[in-house]
Amino acid sequence: MFDLALKIALLGASLSMVGFLYRLIKGPSVPDRVVALDAIGINLIAFVALASIVMDTGAYLEAILLLGILSFIGTVAFAKFLEKGEIIEDDRNR
Amino acid sequence: MSLLHMAVLAPFLLALIVPTLYKQFRQIHTGWFVLILPILLFTYFLRFIPLTKQGDVITERADWIPSLGIHVDFYVDGLGLLFALLITGIGSLVVLYSVFYLSKEKERLNQFYVFLLLFMGAMLGVVLSDNLIVLYSFWEFTSLSSFLLIGYWNERERSRYGAQKSLLITVLGGLSLLGGIILLSIMGNTFSIRELIAQSGQLMDHTLFTPALLLVLLGAFTKSAQFPFHIWLPDAMEAPTPVSAYLHSATMVKAGIYLVARLSPVFAESGLWLWLVSITGLITLLWGSFSAIKQTDLKAILAFSTISQLGLIMSLLGLGAAALHYDSIGENLYVAATVAAVFHLINHATFKGSLFMVAGIIDHETGTRDIKKLGGLMQVMPITFTIAVIGAFSMAGLPPFNGFLSKEMFLASMVNVLELNIFNMDTWGVLFPVIAWVASVFTFIYSMIVVLKPFTGKFQANLLDRKPHEAPIGMLVSPIILALLVIVFGIFPNLLSATIIEPAVTGIQPSLAADDFHIHIAFWHGLTPELFMTIGIIAVGFVLYLSLPKWQKSLQSLPERLSLNVLYDNGLRGLERSSASLMKRLMTGSLRTYLLSIFLFFILSLGFTIYWKDAFTLDTKHFAPIGFYELIVAGIIVAAAIAILFAKSRLTSIIILGAVGYAISLFFVLLRAPDLALTQLVIETISVSLFLLCFFHLPLLASRKEERMSFRLNNALVSIGVGVIVTLIALSAHSNKLFDSISSYYLENAYKEAGGKNVVNVILVDFRGLDTMFEITVLSIAALGIFAMIKLRLTRGKDPS
Repeated sequence: MFDLALKIALLGASLSMVGFLYRLIKGPSVPDRVVALDAIGINLIAFVALASIVMDTGAYLEAILLLGILSFIGTVAFAKFLEKGEIIEDDRNR
Repeated sequence: MSLLHMAVLAPFLLALIVPTLYKQFRQIHTGWFVLILPILLFTYFLRFIPLTKQGDVITERADWIPSLGIHVDFYVDGLGLLFALLITGIGSLVVLYSVFYLSKEKERLNQFYVFLLLFMGAMLGVVLSDNLIVLYSFWEFTSLSSFLLIGYWNERERSRYGAQKSLLITVLGGLSLLGGIILLSIMGNTFSIRELIAQSGQLMDHTLFTPALLLVLLGAFTKSAQFPFHIWLPDAMEAPTPVSAYLHSATMVKAGIYLVARLSPVFAESGLWLWLVSITGLITLLWGSFSAIKQTDLKAILAFSTISQLGLIMSLLGLGAAALHYDSIGENLYVAATVAAVFHLINHATFKGSLFMVAGIIDHETGTRDIKKLGGLMQVMPITFTIAVIGAFSMAGLPPFNGFLSKEMFLASMVNVLELNIFNMDTWGVLFPVIAWVASVFTFIYSMIVVLKPFTGKFQANLLDRKPHEAPIGMLVSPIILALLVIVFGIFPNLLSATIIEPAVTGIQPSLAADDFHIHIAFWHGLTPELFMTIGIIAVGFVLYLSLPKWQKSLQSLPERLSLNVLYDNGLRGLERSSASLMKRLMTGSLRTYLLSIFLFFILSLGFTIYWKDAFTLDTKHFAPIGFYELIVAGIIVAAAIAILFAKSRLTSIIILGAVGYAISLFFVLLRAPDLALTQLVIETISVSLFLLCFFHLPLLASRKEERMSFRLNNALVSIGVGVIVTLIALSAHSNKLFDSISSYYLENAYKEAGGKNVVNVILVDFRGLDTMFEITVLSIAALGIFAMIKLRLTRGKDPS
């Protein structure tokens, strides 16, 4: 029963990733794509977590944490790039 | 090191100290110091005559590279001695002549004598070496020093052209000679000429025999200016006249003759050798004597005459090879051809040397060598005229000079061809005496031109740059000695026959030496066909010479079109042009083209190998079952990768590339590689941000439009091809696993040996830590490089910002 639940959850995660991928490719504007990428990152967290349950291992927990951080940083960087045109400002005398 | 070695090396050693002598003793002409050496060497070589006369051979060995069988073996037999005497004897005379010819004040004498001595030593080395590799080394040394001597007046364009031309042609021959030598050494398993001669019977049947023969002959023909490689010799006349007299009449151009004579015992059994040598010689003889008539420059006439006389000697050597096809020496007519060749070789060196010196004297005293401007010098320069008469009459083959004798012997050998009943000679052989006779008529005509045009007729002082007068006595000594030799050898030819010619002929045809043979050169040998031929030559030649103005004009227009120089010049230019255009077409400077060819090569070579070796195999035995999730992730990666190709904006491509990277990290998760997944995630994030950085800094040009990548069919084909090939190879490689992997060792020993539970990390820092160290190095270099590229702005001028 638990096994079946896991499989259904993984299938759901995969399908949602396909959906986000569609948005990533199609997405009319760049922010659409960035949000899709961010969501793919979150989706990956779920996917990795489910996969590690399936594989019965704790080896991927770091990957989950890292994905959380990275997708946050990545999205912030994209957002800043889209807003200001650069990511790290070197002009200190504002 | 023996005395013989010292004798060959002495010119090189003297060449080392010539510049010092030149600097220290500026008031004495450097040539006087140089003169001592060839005279010493000449007397040294004279001492060998009694030995070689008895058929003895002197050999001396010094090791050079013994492990490769390369020894500096020098040996003196009749043939080598003949050449050594020519080189040192005429060398002495030429040095003496050059002392008076070259001005102490105006010329760079140190260079001249260094080059000349290098040449002399190299030439001695060529004729005395027994080891073929040593012979080849000296051979190239003669090419090089001849190049330097022809280009002696290197500020003249024609000199540089002549030097380059002669170097290209003689080195072409030299390299093919090297090929022939290597083939010979493969066949005979030795570099020694004598050992090769000893096993010449077996060599005939070897498959490499014909290629070796052709390569060696190519080397000999280019050096000896045989048709069609004769074109460098007339252009080499830009050299100072002593050089022309020495190199381009008496010595270097006879190196090819020497080679043919020396290797005759190895090759002469073959009919190909006989035909090639004799027919090339005859063509050269005819063409050279024909071309000589239309020249107006004295040295050019002499150059073409040298070509034709070399052809004569070569054809005689070719016919001499026929002697090997007859058993007994008694009725063997063809030994006479070899005798004639050797005799004419000596005669040619004497009269041509003196004629060149005469041409040099005329040039020196009048300022021109053009026979149209010269005339009536007989009264002004009586001694020079006498020498010229002797030399030219000998060249034409008139009695009582030595040229008459060798010309008679030449004609006799050519007539004897008719009696040759091998190689179908009875049908085509009739051409031999005909060609020889016609060429002799031409020879008579240009000999008369050489002697009569400058010295007889009207004296036109206004055409000349200087007021002509008789040459200084020092300049006349050498040609006088040579002219005296012409007469002495003409009247007493048997001075030479036992001492020099017999041992030399034995050297050329050692298999015949077993029989006793003696040569007797008789002045009057009865009413033979060749005597009538000579009378015919003189009669026809005289008539033609008298009517020369009538037909010379038509001659002038004819050979210009047939000139091989046009072929050479156009060939050289065409070679340069075609290689330039090839480079222009291949090296476009566009990276796209280079990548296309790299990938094409990749596809073709690997694809051909797979097809040729029938290497593609598909074995599904080792395949793991494909899971559902892997399929989905793979589908995501494929979809994203294809989407990159069709992305409209670059930003979209970067984002989709990031998605591919993340999906790959998901693969690592699915395939149980947590460390890889971690690293892949981080690296992907960083590289995507770097891409964004690059994207941001792209210049905002009007021409750069955000649009989809344009489609090119060949790019698509090549990329699909690369993908297919890599896939095929990966599948085949996976299907052909020959042995199990070593990973079980790591799994068992990671904790036991290294004390770590993370096998990947243990491998990275413990089992195979060295790789990691250098990857750290790579990263540091990359970081430093980026820092340097950003900070260092070495562009000239201002800050590019």
